[in-house]
Amino acid sequence: MHAFARLVARDVRLTLREGGAISTALGFYLVVVAILPLGLGPDLNLLSRIAPGVLWVSLLLAALLSVERIFHNDLEDGTLEVIALGPLPLELVAAAKSLAHWISIGIPLVIAAPILALLLNLPADAFWVLILTMLTGTPAISFLGAVGAALTLGLRRGGLLLALLVLPLYVPVLVFGVSAMNAVIVGPASFLSSYLILCALSLATVVLAPLAAAAALRLSLG
Amino acid sequence: MNAILDLGQHAGFIWASYGATLILLGGLIAWIRADARHQLRLLDELEAQGVQRRSARAASPQGKRGKGKAER
Amino acid sequence: MVEKPGFFGRLANPSIFLKLSGAVLPWLTGLTVVLMLVGLYLVFFVAPPDYQQGETVKIMYIHVPSAWLAMMGYAIVTVASIGSLIWRHPMADVAAKSALPIGACFTLLALITGSLWGKPMWGTYWVWDARLTSVLILFFLYLGLMALWQAVEEPSRAGRAAAILAIVGSVNLPIIKFSVDWWNTLHQPASITRLDAPAIHSSILIPLLVMAAAFTALFFVLHLTAMRAEVWRRRVQALRLTQVDAARAGEGARA
Repeated sequence: MHAFARLVARDVRLTLREGGAISTALGFYLVVVAILPLGLGPDLNLLSRIAPGVLWVSLLLAALLSVERIFHNDLEDGTLEVIALGPLPLELVAAAKSLAHWISIGIPLVIAAPILALLLNLPADAFWVLILTMLTGTPAISFLGAVGAALTLGLRRGGLLLALLVLPLYVPVLVFGVSAMNAVIVGPASFLSSYLILCALSLATVVLAPLAAAAALRLSLG
Repeated sequence: MNAILDLGQHAGFIWASYGATLILLGGLIAWIRADARHQLRLLDELEAQGVQRRSARAASPQGKRGKGKAER
Repeated sequence: MVEKPGFFGRLANPSIFLKLSGAVLPWLTGLTVVLMLVGLYLVFFVAPPDYQQGETVKIMYIHVPSAWLAMMGYAIVTVASIGSLIWRHPMADVAAKSALPIGACFTLLALITGSLWGKPMWGTYWVWDARLTSVLILFFLYLGLMALWQAVEEPSRAGRAAAILAIVGSVNLPIIKFSVDWWNTLHQPASITRLDAPAIHSSILIPLLVMAAAFTALFFVLHLTAMRAEVWRRRVQALRLTQVDAARAGEGARA
């Protein structure tokens, strides 16, 4: 398990030191959320009604931007092959790198979400649900994204292809994340049922996605 | 056609559906057929030049071509 | 070459596949034409208008079979992908790849006819109805798979990558369907008319079944033909490689 923790720590450290990925994701998140009212008009009632959906969809897009990098740099400089030859099974390598993506990109995006929610006039009692549902849902986004990243590794136009492959798979997380929030804001559906399904989705993804990502990595590594 | 078949006030939508089906499936059929014929012709040309796959050297190459023509 | 002499084991041999499919195809094509003609006759001259939907029910006879083939196509891709990943049959790759454009085409057809049906029924071309939305996402999965096949140059790697994605997609499909249903019941009033009547009268059911059989037969004719084309394409590529190799060897000998 030490090797796993070391790999996670290494990836998080690299991303933090580089800084570019985090600031790009955060900047993209801010710009998308900020440009929508310009298209929709400044009606605060409308904005607060669609705030959960806007925050979630923009989060998906912002996370997608950085997902491509999960394996990319390590493939380019040959580190990935060294890691693959190491003691850690490739499934755990994929899991570690997905987890590192969640810690270094997912969590900053979740922290930024409440601030952006102010722009959209999200009701005050929904802030805790926003943070809770996003903290629960973002691991699924990182882990599923890693599958797409592994499949498109080393391809030209990989980033665009990645979005096409992964966005349809994000639908369940999006639906249950938003519906858990709407249950609290407008009712009358139960928050808990949506939220528990979101938890189940996230857990299942965290367990299953590394298997697929590892299979895809084996292709790239030959 | 509407004289024989009175499809009511929404006839346009019905004809549009069947027309779209005709165009899409017709296009798909034409494309797949053209692709199959094109590949078969390329294969025939290459074999006529005497190029053989390593695995096909033992088997007779005529069998394959005969089947392709039987389809038409 | 062939480890197991079973039926599917022998089908995995491209030459035997070509022979069998060549024998089956003329019959299957004939069956498709007959079924299609009988089906269209039943639809246009026998089937009565629905008492609620009027003549627009005629759109159902192509919409429902297309939607069924959209799903069957994805099921075929999934099964072939499992075969490709576990047994590494080259024919499984061929089957998965050739089914994609056909399945995508029927999915698109289901979407188009669904929206043309929706206009007179609902008053708009597109309703975010649970079923149409799931079919739309299925269409995206098809597009993603085709794009992946195109993006990866080496066929064996493309086949395995697409197989992984297809299996991930098929695990996700029921969840997507479930979540879209959930989303739909939250956002739509339950009063919207569903496309399917609760009980279908036999005067409508029989033409529908004939059309479904005709479309299914057409799917298999197209799938088999596309698979044959794919086998030939791979042989052409292999021959070209040996041609290049031979030319290089010839030059080497002369030099």
